[in-house]
Amino acid sequence: MNGADAIIKCLEAEGVEVVFGYPGVAICPFYNSILESKIRTVLIRTEQNAAHAASGLARITGRPGVCAVTSGPGATNVITGIATAFADSIPMIVITGQVNSTLLGSDVFQEADITGAVESFVKYSYLVRNVNDIPRIFKEAFYIANTGRKGPVLIDIPIDVQNAQISRFKYPEEVSMRTYKPTVKGHAVQIKKVIKELEKAKRPIICAGGGVLLSEAEGELRTFSEKYHIPVVSTMMGIGVMPTRHPMYFGMVGNNGKPYANRAMNESDLLIMVGARVADRAVSQPGLITQGKVLVHIDVDPAEIGKNAGPTIPLVGDAKHIFEDFAKEEMEVDYEDWVHTLEGYREELRPRRSPNPAYVDPAAFISLLSEKMEEDAVYVADVGQNQIWSCGYCVVKKGKFLTSGGMGTMGYSIPAAMGAKVAAPDRQVIAVCGDGSFQMSMMELATHRQHGIPAKIIVLKNNYLGMVREHQHYTYKDHYSVVDLSGSPDLEKLAAAYDFDFLRLETMEGADKVIDAFLADEKSVLLECLIDPMDLVK
Amino acid sequence: MKKRIYSVLVENRSGVLCKVAGLFSRRCFNIDSLAVGETDDSSVSCMTIVSSGDERTIEQIEKQLNKKLDVIKVKTFSESQCITRELMLVKIKYNKNNRREIMEICEVMGADIVDMSIRYMMIQICDTPEKIKLMINMLQSISIVEVARTGTLALSKCMENDD
Repeated sequence: MNGADAIIKCLEAEGVEVVFGYPGVAICPFYNSILESKIRTVLIRTEQNAAHAASGLARITGRPGVCAVTSGPGATNVITGIATAFADSIPMIVITGQVNSTLLGSDVFQEADITGAVESFVKYSYLVRNVNDIPRIFKEAFYIANTGRKGPVLIDIPIDVQNAQISRFKYPEEVSMRTYKPTVKGHAVQIKKVIKELEKAKRPIICAGGGVLLSEAEGELRTFSEKYHIPVVSTMMGIGVMPTRHPMYFGMVGNNGKPYANRAMNESDLLIMVGARVADRAVSQPGLITQGKVLVHIDVDPAEIGKNAGPTIPLVGDAKHIFEDFAKEEMEVDYEDWVHTLEGYREELRPRRSPNPAYVDPAAFISLLSEKMEEDAVYVADVGQNQIWSCGYCVVKKGKFLTSGGMGTMGYSIPAAMGAKVAAPDRQVIAVCGDGSFQMSMMELATHRQHGIPAKIIVLKNNYLGMVREHQHYTYKDHYSVVDLSGSPDLEKLAAAYDFDFLRLETMEGADKVIDAFLADEKSVLLECLIDPMDLVK
Repeated sequence: MKKRIYSVLVENRSGVLCKVAGLFSRRCFNIDSLAVGETDDSSVSCMTIVSSGDERTIEQIEKQLNKKLDVIKVKTFSESQCITRELMLVKIKYNKNNRREIMEICEVMGADIVDMSIRYMMIQICDTPEKIKLMINMLQSISIVEVARTGTLALSKCMENDD
């Protein structure tokens, strides 16, 4: 057995069913050995998307997604995907081939110091020097990626190590690392303090971030909110923690969020931030969320607590464990007045748009589409105006809402939706992008076609990089620079070229029928929606 | 700005120094001084890092260090809570007019002359960072040719429950 065979054995031991990637000489031993395995390979069309696809898969399965690429440019191309996963704490294993270990450091063909390059975007990285370390390293890597604050782990393996004979293969059952012991259980004293504060509070609110989904604590949080009538708002990454129409849910906060969500958060006297980083998009003025209120910050990563805002009660631990502990406490509370106030705000501060009837109104369209989607559908939003409309108008029922929140990586939706579809072939998976973000990943239409992965892609087309145009509209007084997207391909012809079905919607008239046809299509399908180039998210 | 000393036990592996130093630059934390060496356990190195910043930065440095998977333990203390030492070698140019004065400075400062030629001598001093600074000031008026310093080393003061 050689090193490459050992890697495959490790992946099998971890229950990996699919690897997204792109070969090259330095990773060829790996791709040679994988032929003997049941693990499915998906040839992605550019390495960045291999990481995005692994991310989409991980967010559905709750287990690390795996991608494998070659050395040099293969490895450097995957960096944006790694950084995207890191920003959103998505568990992922990235395997990179490397040049012969005797040549390391000599700048030979396709050599890149990838472990050095990704240091600030990975949870951890390995450069494998000894073939016998492979089982231990893979065991550790999967453990690190999917425990504590989750994230990508990169394993760089020189070609000679992949080819070397391994003396004895034994996959370790346990991980023993003296440097890594994440805290998952919340401190009992801190938990009691939170309960005491809740009993004192008149206007409590929970702000749920992506960490709640990563720890699969939606159910626990929802039950807690329902039992005591505690209102919930979410960050962008926390969309889906509560169903959109849940009576206790008051929308997404932040500069692109709902005005009533922000007002609710600002007027609360007790704010429980859970699995959220208090980053600038959600909380533009961290000083405000500590003023005149008690801030409880729950996070599995101690470094997030106090990084942007100093909490009254820091609580380190996994959201699931902590909400389980909250559930064991009994409280005498009554927040009915507060909930009524927020219901009033929800009505009063509802965003009112005046859409141009000559085009498809993205807000109405997304709302109609998501209403028609299956209960457990996966909606993948890209980045740009389409993302903000998606966040604002997508109705999440029991499904998932995926997007690149922290990094805001354009082109995320198509490969991430592909990964989600591979993870859950029976679920409806829809990617919604703009014409800018679509063109960053449109080469993956071939991957869908080649591997028989049905795609449902919606392109909100306005011939502009809309989000930047909107910024230039407000900040530079319509002094538009490098945002015109004319020259884009004819999407109907493009769809035909890749054997996709094609639909076009020009106004809201007939939207019902077109959406029904789109959702019912069993093949891969591309739906182009023409939207007003001058439309604004705000 | 407060001064803070971090005594960081790390895995004695290649690349770890780079990761720790990279963390400081990436997050815009200061490094006033950095000293690294193996401990009594050859698999463990000790990094002594002197940094400064406001309250939040000082706390973040400790938390971010703890997040690094090659970091075994982070101990942090203010200057008054620990004993600090630094070693400096300094080469100076002398002549017969100032030789006496230099020897007097060395005597007062507790420094040793460890090497000498007709025109140059090398002085060694091991003391607190303040004394090292003072020594440099004293010698600057003479003629410093070269200076090499270890950076600050620090251990927390001996306590009865020190395990």
